[in-house]
Amino acid sequence: MGHHSYEDSVKLVYKGFWILLIVTLAEVAVSLIWKLWLHPMFKNDHSWLSYGILAIPALLIIILSIYKAKYIIFEFMHMAYEHRGLAWSVLLPMSLLIWGAIAFFQEGDSWKDRRELIKDKDEQSIEEVKKTGMLDERREKETKHIF
Amino acid sequence: MATETVVHDEVEAQEIWEGGNRPFKASYGKLMMWYFLLSDAFTFAGFLIAYGALRFSSPTWPVPDFVFSTAPFGLHNWFPGGKAPLIFVTFMSFLLIVSSVTMVRAVQEGKRYNKRGVIWWMFLTIIGGFGFLGCQAWEWSNLIGVEGVTISKNPFSVQTESGTYLKLDEIAAFPGLTKHEDHGVTYFEDVDGNKYFEKVDHHGHKYGGESFDKGDSYLVTYHHGAYQYGAYKDAGGNLKTEKFGPKAFGALFFCITGFHGFHVFSGVVFLLIILINVATGLYHERKNEYEMVEKIGLYWHFVDLVWVFVFLVFYLL
Repeated sequence: MGHHSYEDSVKLVYKGFWILLIVTLAEVAVSLIWKLWLHPMFKNDHSWLSYGILAIPALLIIILSIYKAKYIIFEFMHMAYEHRGLAWSVLLPMSLLIWGAIAFFQEGDSWKDRRELIKDKDEQSIEEVKKTGMLDERREKETKHIF
Repeated sequence: MATETVVHDEVEAQEIWEGGNRPFKASYGKLMMWYFLLSDAFTFAGFLIAYGALRFSSPTWPVPDFVFSTAPFGLHNWFPGGKAPLIFVTFMSFLLIVSSVTMVRAVQEGKRYNKRGVIWWMFLTIIGGFGFLGCQAWEWSNLIGVEGVTISKNPFSVQTESGTYLKLDEIAAFPGLTKHEDHGVTYFEDVDGNKYFEKVDHHGHKYGGESFDKGDSYLVTYHHGAYQYGAYKDAGGNLKTEKFGPKAFGALFFCITGFHGFHVFSGVVFLLIILINVATGLYHERKNEYEMVEKIGLYWHFVDLVWVFVFLVFYLL
């Protein structure tokens, strides 16, 4: 926009409007098909194939959202026309968040495993525990694996 | 000669240290706005990553297409099954996109020193901002007042086993229950204090006799300030009652959308202040291409940018 004529930059803005609107509608359509049609279809199928198929729409929606974010930053917020040093100084620190997200989501998944282990232990009967001490052999192995 | 050079260098160095230099060819105000937005992005990222971690740690999570399926003025009744999944929030996203577009137009008119143009496009941007806030107020009041979601209670849940909802007389047939009545609604209570209601939704639809599968979504009905836990029998014929969904959902939703809404609100306030200053001709006199409009524009686009990710994690995924 910065280096275009006034008429061209006005046209670019309305082009941006249609891009953001159509991408948003596409995201909603994919999300609805995913949750209302694909999810019920694979409800009782716990194979890796079904997990893989269900992951595709999620990835698609995430990629489209990142595209929208990129468009807003570079065109609407003019980052594409600023000094490159400014763009790097703002965008590079953001890349730290990629690791932050991966680390915390993995940690969250591990909390879920621990919760299930505690639930299992709570359901063990006293007689069962008395026979083998605190934990039975199978659970001891599981504990070592998780912690 | 030598002394002159030294003096000259000193003057230049002073100018650099006194703001004579423009790092990254951007003005001080614009640069600082960018770094403020960077720090704000980290704040939001912290919230959203916490949301992700807690969602990963939960065995089940409310399905957004089920939670956000109502619209104002009963518009959802026009959709199949009386549910309009994500339709209202899509409209809210549309409002923010439109107000971002009008903001870009305001900045463009500012660069041409077209005062009337700046006022017109900023005015439309403010209307969009108020529209979004109004929609959010409706969404919140519907979730809190009608559906009974609070920061510590989440009535949106997912079935953990298959079963069949029971009619009132079927519940009464189970032993060990005491009968109660509240606001004309009859329910039963066991010795542990679990309550058993005949499942009725907000539209008065009775679910007695209907069966459900593991993984199906349900909403614990909220009526007259109390939750009506629907009674069902599991595959083994045991009497069970509905449970709340993951507790973290309400707190995360109200905290994160509230923090975003607060940004929209403060953005609207700043837009109003700057609009008044534009109208008085203050920025026209500064002869810096209405830079203040450009700076509030950056903030306003950032609010739209954050919504892209709030929309992604709360509604789309």
